[in-house]
Amino acid sequence: MTTILGYPLPAILGQLILGLVNGSFYAILSLGLAVIFGLLRIVNFAHGALYMVGAFVAHIILVNFGISYWFALIVAPVAVGILGVGIERAFLSRLRGLDPLYGLLLTFGLALIAEGLMQQKFGSSGMSYPVPALLQGVYNLGFMIIPIYRLWVVVVSISVCIATWLVIEKTSLGAILRAATENSQLTQAFGINVPVYLTATYAFGVGLAGLAGVLAAPITQVSPLMGSSLVVVVFAVVVIGGMGSIMGAIVSGIILGLLEGLTKVVYAEASTTVIFIIMAVVLLVRPVGLFGRE
Amino acid sequence: MPQQVSNRIEWALLLLAVLVPFLGIYPIFAMKLICFAIFACAFNLLLGFTRLLSFGHAAYFGVAAYATAWCRLRLNLPTELSVLAGVALSAALGFIIGMLASRRTGIYFAMITLALAQCVYFFCLQAPATGGENGLQGVPRGSLFGVLPLQSDFTMYYVVLIIGLLVYLGIRRIVHSPFGQVIKAIGEHEPRAISLGYSVDHYKVLAFVLSAAIAGIGGSLKALVLGLATLSDVHQSTSGEVILMTLLGGTGTFLGPVIGSSIVITLQEYLSDSVGSWVSVIIGCIFVVCVMLFRKGIIGEVEAYVARRSSKTNA
Repeated sequence: MTTILGYPLPAILGQLILGLVNGSFYAILSLGLAVIFGLLRIVNFAHGALYMVGAFVAHIILVNFGISYWFALIVAPVAVGILGVGIERAFLSRLRGLDPLYGLLLTFGLALIAEGLMQQKFGSSGMSYPVPALLQGVYNLGFMIIPIYRLWVVVVSISVCIATWLVIEKTSLGAILRAATENSQLTQAFGINVPVYLTATYAFGVGLAGLAGVLAAPITQVSPLMGSSLVVVVFAVVVIGGMGSIMGAIVSGIILGLLEGLTKVVYAEASTTVIFIIMAVVLLVRPVGLFGRE
Repeated sequence: MPQQVSNRIEWALLLLAVLVPFLGIYPIFAMKLICFAIFACAFNLLLGFTRLLSFGHAAYFGVAAYATAWCRLRLNLPTELSVLAGVALSAALGFIIGMLASRRTGIYFAMITLALAQCVYFFCLQAPATGGENGLQGVPRGSLFGVLPLQSDFTMYYVVLIIGLLVYLGIRRIVHSPFGQVIKAIGEHEPRAISLGYSVDHYKVLAFVLSAAIAGIGGSLKALVLGLATLSDVHQSTSGEVILMTLLGGTGTFLGPVIGSSIVITLQEYLSDSVGSWVSVIIGCIFVVCVMLFRKGIIGEVEAYVARRSSKTNA
């Protein structure tokens, strides 16, 4: 059997694929956080809870209305996005100009409410969501077997991330958003309705979380607390990447997912903590984050 | 004038606290309340005065609880030494995390403390010394300095109450000391404190270590009072609760965290049986209401109300 540094190659590749899948989730979630933070200066603690809501929307419409995975991919992010519009209009827009800590605390409270309500309705145990028929089965690469659905998750996540990056960096809509990030008062003085863009940005950012929830539903169990520890990992990813940079959020999400996968091969006990340890090292060496600006 | 009102509430609370065993209040519940009040006061030292939001304060509370429980159970150390060991460990942890977190400010500080506390949580989950999902149970209280046995809830209550009082007065002393004035100055306007020549980072780390150590006192006592240290002590939900206690009672007031922790613990104690997982919803709602409607907290609002009234009558 082929080995690298004494570790069997199939084990390494298998964990790398798993890591790539996790990394895709980190990327899409930290991208949403970074987009929201860039414009609204709010750290959205409810991101994990809204990811969970996305997965539940997919589950509920499948069980109650028989609406398939493919429609859920559209319906759930839109539903979460609409919820986001409500949250932004009702709460976050009233906190502008205050210490950003209040935004963090508010969204933390909202996350508790969402998780509590879901536990009340569905209990704490997980529910499984079937893999859509088209994406069932595995690819056999000869040396290892990859479930098709996992490849699909990676492809969709990375495409969505790159599309978002292109919109923000290359289109006139993105130019407006970047201008509002840089100086929202001046942008408003040019006749651009910044508050509308803020609401839309929040809705889009949490919509991404909802999409991640649908993508995750067939892999992980759909449960009320599925997002509560994930959001902390994503926070660490964002600190490592530097919150100012969209590309930084995407790249560091994927790299950290891969590193986490490798850790499972080398020293499995540390796999839950490795990202936090990397964060500590980055803080010591480069406090602004790998892609952050001073 | 507002200060007088707070003073009166303080005396009333003290009287109530002294009479607790005679009022038919379950002493273990009252002791748990004091432990969390100590924890919230420690947290408030950081958020209320230095304006640093630590989103992972359960780490210090929980680690101290584990350390004290472990010293009692495995090493059979005397009670006071076990508490000391717990406090020392949480101070050391506070030093490491404080050093790392104070490299960033504001919202990043909160996220870093949260992430590192999660790291501590996973460590406690996996380390063999912490007993995994079961935690450490059946911690004997022992005796204080080898002379005063603590088995009876009556004696233990007064010991906990006296320690709680000392902590409360100690925090007042810290805030009113020159050191306290500097951390308040940092909290109000950090660039100004820097330009005045204070090495802000040192002060922040020191405030962080103090806060972690005091949180450790709360955790250690909790382990002795309830006789157990569990994963929920280090969990992020406990970190969230201590934030809520402080926010609800009033950040930056001395009495606020005491009031806030009393309300939150009482709510949990009496609601968790009857409403189950609604507790999390209720706590979330209190968070939202506090942030949206009264950011000063209960004591802050009371003081503001009294200040408004007295300025009216004077005019």
